[in-house]
Amino acid sequence: MLIRSFSVAVLIAVLAACSSGVKLNDVPVEDKSANAVSNVANASVIGTGSAAGLNSVAGVITAKPAVAAVGPAGGNTVFFDYDSFTLKPEARAVIEKNAQFLQANKQNKAMLEGHTDERGGREYNLALGQKRAESVRRAMTLLGVNDSQIEAVSFGKEKPAASGMDESALAKNRRVEIKY
Amino acid sequence: MALILAVLLLPFSHSAAHAQFRVEVTGVGLTQLPLAVVPFKGEDSAPQKVSAILLADLERSGQFRAIDGKQAIMDESSSPDFTQWRQRNADALVAGSLTRLADGRYDIRARLWDVVGGQLRVEYKEVVTAADLRLSAHRLADQIYEKLTGDKGVFATRIAYVTKTAARYTLWVADSDGEGAQAALASPEPIISPSWSPKGSHLAYVSFESKKPVIYTHELASGKRQVAANFRGSNSAPTWSPDGRSLVATLSRDGGSQLFQINVEGGEPRRLTQSNAIDTEPTFSPDGSQLYFVSDRGGSPQIYKMPLFGGGPERVTFAGTYNISPTISPDGRWMAYVSRIGGQFKLQMMDLSSGQTSTISETSADEKPSFAPNSKLVVYATQVQGREALMTTTLDGKIKARLAGQSGDIREPDWGPFRH
Repeated sequence: MLIRSFSVAVLIAVLAACSSGVKLNDVPVEDKSANAVSNVANASVIGTGSAAGLNSVAGVITAKPAVAAVGPAGGNTVFFDYDSFTLKPEARAVIEKNAQFLQANKQNKAMLEGHTDERGGREYNLALGQKRAESVRRAMTLLGVNDSQIEAVSFGKEKPAASGMDESALAKNRRVEIKY
Repeated sequence: MALILAVLLLPFSHSAAHAQFRVEVTGVGLTQLPLAVVPFKGEDSAPQKVSAILLADLERSGQFRAIDGKQAIMDESSSPDFTQWRQRNADALVAGSLTRLADGRYDIRARLWDVVGGQLRVEYKEVVTAADLRLSAHRLADQIYEKLTGDKGVFATRIAYVTKTAARYTLWVADSDGEGAQAALASPEPIISPSWSPKGSHLAYVSFESKKPVIYTHELASGKRQVAANFRGSNSAPTWSPDGRSLVATLSRDGGSQLFQINVEGGEPRRLTQSNAIDTEPTFSPDGSQLYFVSDRGGSPQIYKMPLFGGGPERVTFAGTYNISPTISPDGRWMAYVSRIGGQFKLQMMDLSSGQTSTISETSADEKPSFAPNSKLVVYATQVQGREALMTTTLDGKIKARLAGQSGDIREPDWGPFRH
């Protein structure tokens, strides 16, 4: 029974994989067992087949992350100038709304996700996005939000809100999203 | 449910068009050795064209110029007509055969001759499964390369990279020619910064699968993963120490992005930098004594180095206002990195003994260079005609080959170590 429920979970993962363009279903399933244990939760190991060579790699499919909860009305995105992590005056309303929401809902937690535009290296942009997220974290802390309710993280240039290299697209990408 | 995982025994190999290496050699090296490769007897009915794989390997190295050997009919047991091959201006000649054995494996045999001296130089014989035919072709290319150049070949090594198609990110492990790619990880969230362990058994990387950057180590043969760093804030830019016992990575757990050393077995991270600036993209010198990294402590991102134990950072790059993504050649002589020059991101090569630097690409969105383990080639990500692409280049920039991305984006290459 236990084994069966795992198989169902993996099939769902495989089906999810198939729907997004990578052909994982073009080879028949040869065997099923639960003998490999990983300490990473919510991921499925796809083992290698009997025709495996010396270089065989066991593929892993991660699970879909949980759906985000809803925050306050009135916006959850703060925008920044190029190469800047200074909060602009128009950021104040968004940050205040979210700070009030967090103070009124002490059980809620928010991720402050820093983002950059698509120019430059991935890791350096990750660090720049982190600086933006830290700016918002400091502002919320100053407004009285408990530090344990917020976490500043960065996605760098990995999740642009708008595609394209014109200034209006780039400006939409230089942001911090407050996610619940 | 959370900790126990189901396993499907399912070959997860990938041969779709979007991961095919297309050897588009641009530029001409000054001292290319003319080499003829005769199609191997029996390879037409085998799953891999061994002679084509090894010729493409040798061409990509920039050290060889192909002399047409397609019309010749011979195998390793033939006596070559050296006079005829000299007339075709070949200095070296390869011929061989594939024989399918009763158990389904293949017997590969090949010989390399020095045409000028009329001498046998390499005698190759291996019995492999069908799945290892490509590997065997790369091993043969390695032996030929080493015999003719004196340097170790890297064709039997592997390259890791990441593709993005629609809403799926996949971390691949491929042969050094980009073919035979196998998926190590597939995720709806970004995967960046794969880094090979020194022995080539594991990758470390950053996965956003839990909606924040977390560093994992991943044993490739088993798919077994471990969280290496999941501290408050962002965890990124992992690189292995040469002894394989620790990672150095960028953690923001104390506020800013700073460098920490993390024992692979776990334990409290040791903070390595103390600045109010961004410190990231650490990479070791081959002897493990120095750490190169990127810092904007001077007002713009520049490359610094510092001893791992004791001693302050020393600035390494001075030209321009944006120098990132350093990597040191395994022989310790070169540093490849990316500079922003006039709004373009260009691959740079610095001779570490003289500090002399040259731009070695014609593209404008270069990222993340990584040296081959013999220090003779670099793989890097760039954009060609608006599409992401992976390129290999010789250190002088003269010979380039492209790993074509036909359906989706391809980025974040890391060249694996020699195999033992």
